[in-house]
Amino acid sequence: MNNSISTYTLRIADDSLILGHRVSEWCGHGPILEEDIALTNIALDLIGQATSLLEYAAATEGKGRTADDLAFLRYERDYTNVLLAEQPNGDFGQTIVRQWLFDTFRLFFYEALCYSKDPQLAAIAEKSLKETKYHFKHSSEWVIRLGDGTEESHQRAQAALDLLWRYAEELFFMNAVDHELIAQGIAVDLTTIKPLWLERIQHVAKEATLKLPETNWVMKGGREGQHSEYLGYLLAEMQYMQRTYPGMEW
Amino acid sequence: MKEINLTELEAAFQSKLDREIRIEPNDWMPADYRKTLIRQISQHAHSEIVGMLPEGNWITRAPNLRRKAVLLAKVQDEAGHGLYLYSAVETLGADREETIDDLHSGKAKYSSIFNYPTVSWADMGAIGWLVDGAAIMNQVPLCRCSYGPYARAMVRVCKEESFHQRQGFEIISKLALGTPEQKEMAQDALNRWWWPALMMFGPNDADSPHTQQSMNWKIKRSTNDELRQLFIDVTVPQAELIGLTIPDPDLKWNQETGHYEIGTINWDEFWAVVSGNGPCNRERVAARKKAKEDGMWVREAALAHAEKRKARQAS
Ligand SMILES: [Fe+2]
Ligand SMILES: [Fe+2]
Repeated sequence: MNNSISTYTLRIADDSLILGHRVSEWCGHGPILEEDIALTNIALDLIGQATSLLEYAAATEGKGRTADDLAFLRYERDYTNVLLAEQPNGDFGQTIVRQWLFDTFRLFFYEALCYSKDPQLAAIAEKSLKETKYHFKHSSEWVIRLGDGTEESHQRAQAALDLLWRYAEELFFMNAVDHELIAQGIAVDLTTIKPLWLERIQHVAKEATLKLPETNWVMKGGREGQHSEYLGYLLAEMQYMQRTYPGMEW
Repeated sequence: MKEINLTELEAAFQSKLDREIRIEPNDWMPADYRKTLIRQISQHAHSEIVGMLPEGNWITRAPNLRRKAVLLAKVQDEAGHGLYLYSAVETLGADREETIDDLHSGKAKYSSIFNYPTVSWADMGAIGWLVDGAAIMNQVPLCRCSYGPYARAMVRVCKEESFHQRQGFEIISKLALGTPEQKEMAQDALNRWWWPALMMFGPNDADSPHTQQSMNWKIKRSTNDELRQLFIDVTVPQAELIGLTIPDPDLKWNQETGHYEIGTINWDEFWAVVSGNGPCNRERVAARKKAKEDGMWVREAALAHAEKRKARQAS
């Protein structure tokens, strides 16, 4: 049993789970039918990734819990997703900008994680990378369309970026768990990803005629279980069945 | 001269129908045939899209990861069905956005079943089992519809519908064979969805004025009552298998005919729901309208960007 691996895996899992949940809220309400389908696809991929990762987190934890136990029966403080993932959908622009900041991170993250010395993590990364490439292309293209579309869409996209930018830094959070696993060749050193991420973000933002906010103000805490007010409501919904009918199978 | 041509065209059309040759978009067809198809296919497309809402209502509350993923995939399939069907409508010269506006204005109808609320997880089982089950009964004969694009869309749709029906039956079985609370939840769902599911096949044949014409055109291949009976005969034993009770005290097996007989369908309820007075009609249409209105700026942005791109490439 390796609790560092479990902790590390759980972070990746929680990002996928919580963002997947948010994106799934669009299902049936998308701005165009084709986009409804695309967003649902992304939600499905994220829930699928979350499932594989939670299974592995549960196995490495060694406490006899299942992936579903981890997904549906933890307390809010025990979820370690970044704050960005739990931010509300807002309008379509806000959803897309959130997704773009995240997908760009995930693209480089999974590329690196494919080389992890942990074969299970490497395998999950390889499968997820294929999906993420598509997500990244989708969200980048929409950022460009919205940013360089109409006056209104530009303003909405810029407002979303101004709102969400301060949550991006947390994607690069690292602590002792990371350093321990980096030394073993298992985890990704996120300081190596940061410049790649920023370069790609700048590139797309430029094409979208969007301005990256000039602020050093950073919002974080999710990785350590300190969340925004939004997560409690999300969990109340997500955990509703498991909490109302404890111990049953579905 | 013109009249002779029309007679010839009608004869050619009829001869294709007689020989079971599909009518294709560029073929001549009677104006009423076209109108009937536009009405029926767009109504069908709207049903797929509005049908996403009652199930979408439970995606964020699905009880475990597997069910969440399966439900997402299922609702996504329904969006895909809507897409194929809107494309089929467009082959008849109708405009997708205009038909959608008719839905929003209340001019176009959609399946009345989606105006009932989904109030428990068991409803996800009941919908898959009964509603998709009934949809299969309706749609399998449509795979042989005389209009090519509709028939081909139905072939694709039917493959996915049987997966929908199976996942629904799996959900409800798991509940029916589960704890007392779960069984009660399953029975309650069956009680609420049974009669509306039977109404999905439309009014009795005697009260269905368009049926004969549609059958002559080979758009429809079976009558409402025939399909309803088929559904009842298949579904009643499934309920028995998992220990649920069909909420119909008059239900009985007729040895001679080899069919189940049912009590009286409450057609007043059916017509009330069809005409806009079901429990969720307002919410369903409002949700679709909101999606369209909220998405307006997004669609405008996509268009504007495409234009800019074209202009840049040209210069
Ligand atoms: Fe469907
Ligand atoms: Fe279906």
